[in-house]
Amino acid sequence: MYKYDVYDHQIVNERVAQYRDQVRRRLSDELTEDEFRPLRLQNGLYMQIHAYMLRIAVPYGMLSSTQMRMFAHIARKYDRGYGHFTTRQNLQFNWIKLEETPDLLADLATVEMHGIQTSGNCIRNITSDEYAGVAADEIIDPRPYAEILRQWSTFHPEFAYLPRKFKIAINGAIEDRAAIAVHDIGLSVIKNEQGEIGFRVLVGGGTARTPIIGSEIRDFLPWQHMLTYIESIMRVYNQYGRRDNMYKSRIKILVKAIGIEEFRRQVEADWADIKDGTGTLTVEELNRVAAYFTAPAYETLPANDPGVASYKTENKAFANWLRRNVKPHKIPGYAVVVLSLKKTGVAPGDASAEQMDVVADMADRFSFGELRATHKQNLVLADVKQSDLISLWKEAAEHGMASPNIGLLTDIICCPGADFCTLAFARSIPLSKMISERFDNIDFQHDIGEIELNMSGCVNACGHNHVGHIGVIGVDKKDGGEWYQVSVGGAQGNDAAIGKIIGPSFNFQQMPEVIDRLLQVYVRERLEEELFIDTVRRIGMAPFKEFVYATPIEAEESVDKSAYGFIDKPDNYTVQRKSRF
Amino acid sequence: MIIKNKAVVSDDWTVLRLSENETPESVTVPAAKVIVPLKVWQAQRAKLQNRTELGVWLASNERPEELKGEVEKFDVIAVDFPKFADGRGYSIAYNLRARLGYVGELRAIGDVLRDQMFYMQRVGFDAFAPRPDKNIHDALKGLTDFSETYQTSLDQKLPLFRRVKRDGIATAG
Repeated sequence: MYKYDVYDHQIVNERVAQYRDQVRRRLSDELTEDEFRPLRLQNGLYMQIHAYMLRIAVPYGMLSSTQMRMFAHIARKYDRGYGHFTTRQNLQFNWIKLEETPDLLADLATVEMHGIQTSGNCIRNITSDEYAGVAADEIIDPRPYAEILRQWSTFHPEFAYLPRKFKIAINGAIEDRAAIAVHDIGLSVIKNEQGEIGFRVLVGGGTARTPIIGSEIRDFLPWQHMLTYIESIMRVYNQYGRRDNMYKSRIKILVKAIGIEEFRRQVEADWADIKDGTGTLTVEELNRVAAYFTAPAYETLPANDPGVASYKTENKAFANWLRRNVKPHKIPGYAVVVLSLKKTGVAPGDASAEQMDVVADMADRFSFGELRATHKQNLVLADVKQSDLISLWKEAAEHGMASPNIGLLTDIICCPGADFCTLAFARSIPLSKMISERFDNIDFQHDIGEIELNMSGCVNACGHNHVGHIGVIGVDKKDGGEWYQVSVGGAQGNDAAIGKIIGPSFNFQQMPEVIDRLLQVYVRERLEEELFIDTVRRIGMAPFKEFVYATPIEAEESVDKSAYGFIDKPDNYTVQRKSRF
Repeated sequence: MIIKNKAVVSDDWTVLRLSENETPESVTVPAAKVIVPLKVWQAQRAKLQNRTELGVWLASNERPEELKGEVEKFDVIAVDFPKFADGRGYSIAYNLRARLGYVGELRAIGDVLRDQMFYMQRVGFDAFAPRPDKNIHDALKGLTDFSETYQTSLDQKLPLFRRVKRDGIATAG
């Protein structure tokens, strides 16, 4: 993976010094909170319900074991012993003290990490395919381009105070695992008929209040022009994006308002001036960065390990894990392993300091010291020898990271929700827990098969609910209670689609039964081998809607709220909402 | 006092801002060194264009192209930041310098604060009028927060990868 050179170190260290002085000025009231807020946000620091939350950038999801150990150290030293992997491949700590943040960021800088631009109205962390470099369907490894974009967007002087946040995702495989269609800019690395490398460029996709699939602005942009072309997109957006209403300020609203043809015309007009200018990428720079992403020293191994083959016939739990959590690798004898952070009873994406240390050790022993964080909030060891799978599985299981549920019902994508977030209307973590408990039976989950259940506590849709096969979203109702809308038919990837709301909202206690009824319709209607999403596409929403609302839904028995011991909720939970951010 | 060319200097320009009952056509432009709103310049061009010293300022929702072909007439062009979080002024400055060829004093006015000035300087501002309630000598420090930058902008025509020899993996040790 990429390693900082002297310039990268210098820039990040100077950022820590700048931020340390900003915190000093805030604490001495030289800066008002209003003046300080955007400064701390551009370093990833939010004020949440209970404490400050710090979001650390994991560039395109790549992590070294050293960095993971630093997370464990930070969890112990500055937090309450755990962290939360997010839907944007980042890591969040929830219990941070403002005074300690400069030291925390200085610690992070020693392992080439930071919180730069993980929040605020700027270009955010670039996200990518969690299987980049090892996926069998990869056309081009997207990571060198993602790293070049990371550097270009870091402290870009013109685009630090955009109308709203700006997210870029990049995919280099046939299957889109980076959800590029729902990003402000989505890039696919492709080859044209002449074998030249370039990008298909989408713009104006997104979720939240206005879920929309991105529009193609360029079918082929030669790679040399990546930075200048994006610069022109940013410049048009910076000037013409709406600033009067934060809910209409994303680039998707601008693209929709003036149409993709007019937007393209403006971008091309701006670009004409800088095309082929000094911002054009060079072969030397691409090669320099790409050299960090070359294949590790793989051994020559048989395509299939006989030990694994025999062990899976005698151990059903291992066989289940192999089936769901182990993915094919492009090199014979190797496998990609997904470590599940979705154990029933644990907040999706949460990892304890102990687990972080264990994962770091496993990465060193089994996967060349590298890890990936996924947008589905799991961790990946990308280069595992098949002959190591049995011992790896045992170790992962011992530490609660081998739930064989990857891609299944309980592999829920989930935002922090109203337990932590000031924006949320409703809780999402306890809801995911209640649903996971109801459907914990792994045989049942395997029978239901691949399905994506995505949940957000509010319209900001951090839990990607719009693109979930089943999407759940907390909605704002005047009574202050917790209500959820449910959608079906959303999808990420190549056939990305926005789900359709099935009808009026449900309360917290009704939700497991709602999910159950949706699954009953699927089981009743499915053709052989047909996945949930394909059934929805074939028969439409109506049968689901009809069945879910056919008879009244009894409330589920109350969940044991004390399982989340750090948050004592009264029985009649009311959502606490404070000022935004 | 303003910051100009990285130093605190005295300044005798005044910025004309229209009050609610004034119009660009009717407002009286003082005889002194004055930076007038774009609309005043456009409404009173005939009267103003023979002045030996004149400045103009753009609001964040105005287009720098409106000054196409006449940027040379001004001793100073200012860009107003109504709120420091309104980032349009950065692109206005870039376009004034890069597309309209303006080489004179480019001044940031309005909600101008220390922690935005490094970026402002990069997109072409060479003069800053920090908000009056802030210590101008403290604000000056904002211009030197970073000693290196990755990307091109107005102040730096070459990106880092064209400007220096960066270590690759072979030499990174």
